[in-house]
Amino acid sequence: MSWLTDHVRPKLRSLLQREVPDNLWTNCESCSQMLLIKELERNKKVCPHCGHHMRATAKERLAWTFDEGQYTTIDLPKVPVDPLHFRDSKRYTDRLKASRTKAGLDESLVVAHGKISGRDAVVAVMAFEFFAGTMGSALGEAFLAACRLAVLQKAPLIIFTASGGARMQEGVISLMQMPRTVIGIQVLREAGLPYIVVFTNPTTGGVSASFAMLGDIHVAEPNALIAFAGPRVIRDTVREELPEGFQRSEYLKDHGMIDTISARKDLPALLGRLIAMLTPQQQDDTPSKTDA
Amino acid sequence: MLFSGPMRQFLDFEKSVAELETKIDELRQVSFREDDTVHHGVDIDDDVVRLSEKADKQLRVLYSKLTPLQKVQVARHEQRPHALDYIQAITTEFTPLAGDRVFGDDQALIGGLARFRGQPVVVLGNERGADTESRIKHNFGMARPEGYRKAQRLMKLAERFGLPILSFVDTAGAWPGIDAEARGQAEAIARSIDVCLSVNVPVIATIIGEGGSGGAIALAAADRVLMLEHSIYSVISPEAAASILWRDPKLAPTAAEALKLTAQDLKRLGLIDQIIAEPVGGAQRLPAQAIASVAEVVAAELSVLLKLSGEALKAKRRERFLAMTRS
Ligand SMILES: [Zn+2]
Repeated sequence: MSWLTDHVRPKLRSLLQREVPDNLWTNCESCSQMLLIKELERNKKVCPHCGHHMRATAKERLAWTFDEGQYTTIDLPKVPVDPLHFRDSKRYTDRLKASRTKAGLDESLVVAHGKISGRDAVVAVMAFEFFAGTMGSALGEAFLAACRLAVLQKAPLIIFTASGGARMQEGVISLMQMPRTVIGIQVLREAGLPYIVVFTNPTTGGVSASFAMLGDIHVAEPNALIAFAGPRVIRDTVREELPEGFQRSEYLKDHGMIDTISARKDLPALLGRLIAMLTPQQQDDTPSKTDA
Repeated sequence: MLFSGPMRQFLDFEKSVAELETKIDELRQVSFREDDTVHHGVDIDDDVVRLSEKADKQLRVLYSKLTPLQKVQVARHEQRPHALDYIQAITTEFTPLAGDRVFGDDQALIGGLARFRGQPVVVLGNERGADTESRIKHNFGMARPEGYRKAQRLMKLAERFGLPILSFVDTAGAWPGIDAEARGQAEAIARSIDVCLSVNVPVIATIIGEGGSGGAIALAAADRVLMLEHSIYSVISPEAAASILWRDPKLAPTAAEALKLTAQDLKRLGLIDQIIAEPVGGAQRLPAQAIASVAEVVAAELSVLLKLSGEALKAKRRERFLAMTRS
């Protein structure tokens, strides 16, 4: 499979985050408590008062997930840009440029590899900060690259999902990413590799109805919106009140769609445990007794 | 023929044709009533012929340059043949099979065993219903998870017994309801795509009307994807796209244009295999002719696919989707 050598050029990322001044404050969007930003970031953007999990960037999630925050990202495959020459109130190409500047990313998926609890893992993180994590051909291709990297490294694939759904500016090309990404999962499955999905707020539309819902294991952060059709669409259709907690992680778990809900702070250890148990054939050079 | 069948429903852009045809009907009725006054009758017959030719010509012109939004209207036309019309006309021994063996039976997504030109097949389709009562029964073709799970069950059945799968796609999309979400609409669609891509038997999907988003592709991750000339296939309806992207529902024509949702667009983008020509004025005018055209193309494609091994089919199906949207 020479496709990979074409695409993967490892590049070590420095993990030194910019320093936030000591005296900046914000409010919890859930309980409105005043929070020191520095404190909040140390707490992985989880409110210490109410436990509300705030949105995190793809880079933050990578740093929180891998051992010592160390990982290597891969360059994403190139795809045709703006295949439909789409323009709504703005040009799609201009929207893309703005997203790139704002998020500091090429597209809505970041793919990296490194160690989790001492074991090799490929981690793909959807960046909600990039075009609301929407799925276009670049994301589809990046997801396929992540699957192939996992196969090449004989490593599990973990994906953090966060998406507003299809990238409407790519029309039916966006729709075709649903079967395309599913093929990536089939390749992983045939290689006997675990595929773990971590649902974060929000995961909706074509993403939830394709690769997100096909995990061997479904983990969710607390209170994440996980849906096919969003609550507003449903309210407009059925014209009735939606049940309490509807389409949130806990609701999905109650309805059999999610295996477990994990607080952000517990997630790396959980992922480490899961991949260790699902890949027993991998040589275990760092047996962990603390897991018990 | 004169008074048979339901009244033809005209679309707004067919107004001139509607006027001509109303006129023709009136003349025919007069001619019918005054059949004995031969002299008068001949004049009327001439008028009918002249006006009919004019109407045909107008229809031909209109349908040769439909705008994307007009195509959307045609694709959704209530008198277009629906999935069950196709299945009943082109197969024999159609035996509907019900239920997902988990929760219930969803009549929005129908399926079963049938013979297509003698060959046993599994058929699947989004059925919209033909009158108020049946539309409610079929939930206007918008399936719930149990519909997609029935589709998965029947696709696996097809694989187990080596039967080709023929699907007829015609849906505004999956049902966006509380019940559907509670039972895992997203998972049901995802798994249908998964199963559709993984079966080792031929799968031919025909978009006969509206190919609406995830609810459509769940039955169309196929070896061959065919589209009727005036059918559409889109990630979102132009009305919803206009509201969301342009913040103005009145801009649906602009959205329809931008989304590239016509059969011609999809062919150009390399996302479908073939466009099946419709009768002048659309499949709704001459359903039998449209259905026969579909049967011809499906039969030709099926005979090609039946020559391939299960493994080859699966591999080619994957390659086909992987190659899409790369260049
Ligand atoms: Zn709080």
